[in-house]
Amino acid sequence: MSDELYQEHILDHFESPYHKGVLENPTCAHRDKNPICGDEVELALKVDEEGIVREAWFQGHGCAISQAAASMLVEEIEGKSIDELREFDAQQMLDLLKVQLTATRQKCGLLGFKVLKTMVYSLDGTPAVK
Amino acid sequence: MTKTVLQQPLDVEAVRRDFPILGKPLAEGRPLVYLDNGATAQKPKCVIDKVTECYENYNANVHRGVHTLGDRVTTELENARETVRNLLNAAAVEEVIFTPGTTASINLVANGWGRKFLSKGDEILVNLMEHHANLVPWQQVAAATGAKLTYLPLTPDGRLDMAKLDGVLNEKTKIVAVTGMSNVLGTINPVAELARRAHDAGAVILVDAAQSVPHHPTDVQEADIDFLAFSGHKIYGPTGVGVLYGKAALLDAMDPFLGGGNMIRYVYQDRFEPADLPAKFEAGTLPVAQAVALGTAIDYVTSLGFDAIAAHEHQLTVHAHERLSEIPGLTIFGPAPEHKGSIVSFAVDGLHSHDMGELLDRKGVEIRVGHHCTMPLHEWLQVSSTSRASFAFYNTLEEVDALADAVQYARKVFRLS
Ligand SMILES: Cc1ncc(COP(=O)(O)O)c(C=O)c1O
Repeated sequence: MSDELYQEHILDHFESPYHKGVLENPTCAHRDKNPICGDEVELALKVDEEGIVREAWFQGHGCAISQAAASMLVEEIEGKSIDELREFDAQQMLDLLKVQLTATRQKCGLLGFKVLKTMVYSLDGTPAVK
Repeated sequence: MTKTVLQQPLDVEAVRRDFPILGKPLAEGRPLVYLDNGATAQKPKCVIDKVTECYENYNANVHRGVHTLGDRVTTELENARETVRNLLNAAAVEEVIFTPGTTASINLVANGWGRKFLSKGDEILVNLMEHHANLVPWQQVAAATGAKLTYLPLTPDGRLDMAKLDGVLNEKTKIVAVTGMSNVLGTINPVAELARRAHDAGAVILVDAAQSVPHHPTDVQEADIDFLAFSGHKIYGPTGVGVLYGKAALLDAMDPFLGGGNMIRYVYQDRFEPADLPAKFEAGTLPVAQAVALGTAIDYVTSLGFDAIAAHEHQLTVHAHERLSEIPGLTIFGPAPEHKGSIVSFAVDGLHSHDMGELLDRKGVEIRVGHHCTMPLHEWLQVSSTSRASFAFYNTLEEVDALADAVQYARKVFRLS
């Protein structure tokens, strides 16, 4: 059987993640964890007056899937508007990962996405300006 | 009378043939290497057949019907109770209560005994290696009664630090709740010594024997245990059934936990009188077929002999320590093999346990990953999760090698050199 789950691009993001670290003075930040396996992801965004994500960073620990997904997510959302992020759906997140996930592993793959969704919905309709 | 027990070494190949699932390959013909026995053990054919026999031949409710089937199933159930009594060497068969499992048994004591006998200022002595099933019920009862939890520290290698017992066990301690064997570290705890020390301090002791009962002989009289809980499914029996052992005097003094049918002597409009033991704690319909087949599982295990089982499982544990220690970046949690049962929990730098579990599964090696219902222990270990291999008497040295090879394979997939 092939290890299609652990493809190069997943391992690359896991080993050398995009924007993993602390973002100073974020416009908004949110964290969640997957209680079953202890995966944890925190997202932090800097959003400008037009409601465009200028910078997106994550911190966290956990399995390769949850961490690689968070890395892909922050890379994907930079430059997008908050409105676009409201539209961004789970399928798009899974498409970014480009691998087939079982129901259990979807919880890992979608952890960062869930954090993002909670965060943008708490931004209350108007573009978030600090 | 002295009992002469002739202990044959285990014929592992013959034993494996008793377990239908072990002969069934996984997808793509990968052989199953089942190393998740601490979560639940596989069932021998005789246990599976007993459940079927019960449903096909004498299914009825127990202690209720006055008909032939009811008589027959009641006899079978009471035989199983006697088998459990004998396994634990309990003084009396009424001291054996059937429950849904270890969790239910501990909750029964926490509620039936704890809520009646604990009050503000009392202490419940636990420790960091306890399963959530032996922590959360005590936290709940502490919140309800004003009692508080105290912790016996662990040694750096994950044993109870008995030298520190005097500092935490005193006249305020009312109960010591301790696992017979840790489900993560594998540590085997000195329960007889703890019982003696608890009794000297005027406390009682509850042993969570979920992991110890399937692998080592248990003697509640010799060790002077007050309460002991275990699950059927971890001793090669069905799910849904377990046991609470309690000394009769303690069980008599307790309040019933669940109210309902079977647990009463008499019900008036405004009150009830509880039944005698064991019915007092067996409200509602029992998992009858499961309890009957638990008796069969225990007969099976005792026929192999605990000395032979322990010797074989120890060999597996030692071999696992040897093979896994060769792997770069791998840490084993818990004491050396001489202080533990057949559980080996580990972590590999740069490889999360979730990924480990997934990649081992590709090789047919089934282990458990995560925190294994021991979050405070994992915090103490300073890891968010671990991978756990837990061996049974039907596992082989070759399967331990398969585990080590699969861990190496996982490291390779993760490009760790
Ligand atoms: C030490 C220990 N205690 C309690 C339990 C809970 O057993 P059950 O889920 O059968 O009630 C387990 C099983 O995971 C265990 O390993």
